[in-house]
Amino acid sequence: MSAPLLQSLEQGFAGLPPAAVQAAQLGEVRRASLAAALGDGLPGARAERWRHTSLRALERRTFSPLAAADESLVAGLARQIADTAPAGADEMPAWLQTLRQLSAQRVPRLVFVNGTFAPALSQLHGLPAEVRFEPLSQALADPARDPRELEFLARRFNAADETFARLNAAFALDGLLLRVPAGVQCAQPVALVMLGAAAEGDRALHLRHLVEVGEGASLDLREYQFAATAQANLCNSLVHVHLRRGARLEHLRVQAEDADAVLLARTDAVLAGEADYGRTDLELGAVLSRHELNVSLQGSGARLRSNGVLLADGRRHLDTRLGVDHAARDTACELTWRGLGAGRGRAVFHGGILIRAGADGTSAQLSNKNLLLSPHAEIDTQPVLEIHADEVKASHGATVGQLDPAALFYLRSRGVPEAQARRQLTEAFCRIVLDDLADTALREQIDALLAQRLAGVGA
Amino acid sequence: MLKIENLHVRVAGKEILKGLSLDVKPGEVHAIMGPNGAGKSTLGNVLAGREGYEITAGTVDFGDKDLLQLEPEERAAEGLFLAFQYPVEIPGVNNTYFLKAALNAQRKYRGQAELDSMQFLKLVREKLRVLHISDELLHRAVNSGFSGGEKKRNEIFQMALLEPRLAILDETDSGLDIDALKMVAEGVNHMRSPDRAFIVITHYQRLLDYIVPDFVHVLAEGRIVESGDKSLAHKLEEHGYAWLDERRVPERSAV
Repeated sequence: MSAPLLQSLEQGFAGLPPAAVQAAQLGEVRRASLAAALGDGLPGARAERWRHTSLRALERRTFSPLAAADESLVAGLARQIADTAPAGADEMPAWLQTLRQLSAQRVPRLVFVNGTFAPALSQLHGLPAEVRFEPLSQALADPARDPRELEFLARRFNAADETFARLNAAFALDGLLLRVPAGVQCAQPVALVMLGAAAEGDRALHLRHLVEVGEGASLDLREYQFAATAQANLCNSLVHVHLRRGARLEHLRVQAEDADAVLLARTDAVLAGEADYGRTDLELGAVLSRHELNVSLQGSGARLRSNGVLLADGRRHLDTRLGVDHAARDTACELTWRGLGAGRGRAVFHGGILIRAGADGTSAQLSNKNLLLSPHAEIDTQPVLEIHADEVKASHGATVGQLDPAALFYLRSRGVPEAQARRQLTEAFCRIVLDDLADTALREQIDALLAQRLAGVGA
Repeated sequence: MLKIENLHVRVAGKEILKGLSLDVKPGEVHAIMGPNGAGKSTLGNVLAGREGYEITAGTVDFGDKDLLQLEPEERAAEGLFLAFQYPVEIPGVNNTYFLKAALNAQRKYRGQAELDSMQFLKLVREKLRVLHISDELLHRAVNSGFSGGEKKRNEIFQMALLEPRLAILDETDSGLDIDALKMVAEGVNHMRSPDRAFIVITHYQRLLDYIVPDFVHVLAEGRIVESGDKSLAHKLEEHGYAWLDERRVPERSAV
């Protein structure tokens, strides 16, 4: 007998609009993906890739899908964004602060509220005309659309533990479609915003995104995941990133969800030769957030820079799993991650680097340092380096420790009270991951958001 | 201002200070000299409130406060400053941001209004001008990647900005070339005033050519064994610390 979670999803699938399920001839793929997910069930304690993240509490919960937008909810959010009455910046929630900034700076953006495209909060114009930038729901609803454009949705997930990717393949009816053609440099950043909000019971939200950057093209993408109101939804998102030869993508992802929300995210990136992928991930919210980041460096000279912060306080369980696959010569990755364990939080970090035979001249660097701020918090870090090539430069380091007592005393000896000194040092510990953000204004914004979140972190 | 009486301190179970007494009045500069391992740095650290020092006997009064009961940040706000022998590198914490937080925390403790960014920068510029320090240090992380000389300059700059009532310089001269040494001395001399006192801890007499002390004390085996005026420093320089052993009356059994 399958778990209540999967039963509730199975029932929900039957209630999806048949036209949307059938669109782009994906009906068969969706049904087969659901059947595979139900057949294999949720990954259990014996599944190697889920060893440190238990789904026992989640599998007993039930969620219903949500296929239509709640117009009055979106209108209410739009009013809050448009309301320019001065509010204390400190009290303004992160989602509102961010959406007001995006709106003021006229950043092209797609905003999804509870998994559904919200045109009233989005801005589709502002990018070079050749760029395709639209919600997936729009493409699915267009019968004249070339089916090859949506081919990525037909992907089958074969491994038994890919339950959430399979569920995503079955359910996702919306998301971001972003294609930058060869040679196009997008000067403006582009934002993808996923907002969760309370909606009559707990909802399961599925979003599928495609980001394709053509040969020699470049893009700056900002992905935000926030709670607009308190909610305990499950959000399952799958992002496909394709970087063609010499393409460049700078990708920021900020996750500051509600403390009761559940997030299951996966990013699959494929890089051609000389492509350059820079990522900064901030995991600051949710009760359970798992992110699987798979990057395949398939062409020679492809580079990945991935930085991130895992802030596990309260009762939060964070699990970030990197899988970097060096499949070509002279590829490089540089991974700098920082973890904080406070309260009863738990941070799991897996840094997997595979250097395949023939990927000579590859360089791989992984640094994962963690601060344990509470005796009840837990940090699990596993750097895993597998090398089958020659002339490889690879290094990895993982540490778990406390704040440096000498630094703490130094700050206090100048008059900084202990709690403030601890916070300054904790912020400094995390700040290194922001060093690679080239946009100074953005870095300051993110730094402020991080500081705001850390201010609430007790031991 | 500072009255230390019969101070006994253990570090990791070993007694380092064995009945040290010292009386420092406003306006005075006291030099504390002594051989390595005499307990000089222990004295500075204990006064500033560093952890890991067990006080087994004695009292320390600072103004009308029992210093040993105060947290390190309270001691700072009461006007005590320790210039570290080895200033700590703190990557990721901006020097200016840190100093503004420190100064405002002290002001808040003393019931003074906090400075806003403009007022703070004005004060910083004034102090920099007096000390002939470039403002480049301010934009960097605290001591991070600083040379030995830069770290000591930064200590003196912090002292100038925080304007303590009592500044303790813990071997600030160690590892400094003559130019940096002069700069440190200038910083101190500039701040000498009738209501401010200094304790200058040093191994060598050299610094005392530039910071002329009112009193010189010799710290050996955990207590002050000899006190005098500045000529004592010269005697030590001439004869070395071994000279003390010859002069000292054996009194170990008295402890």
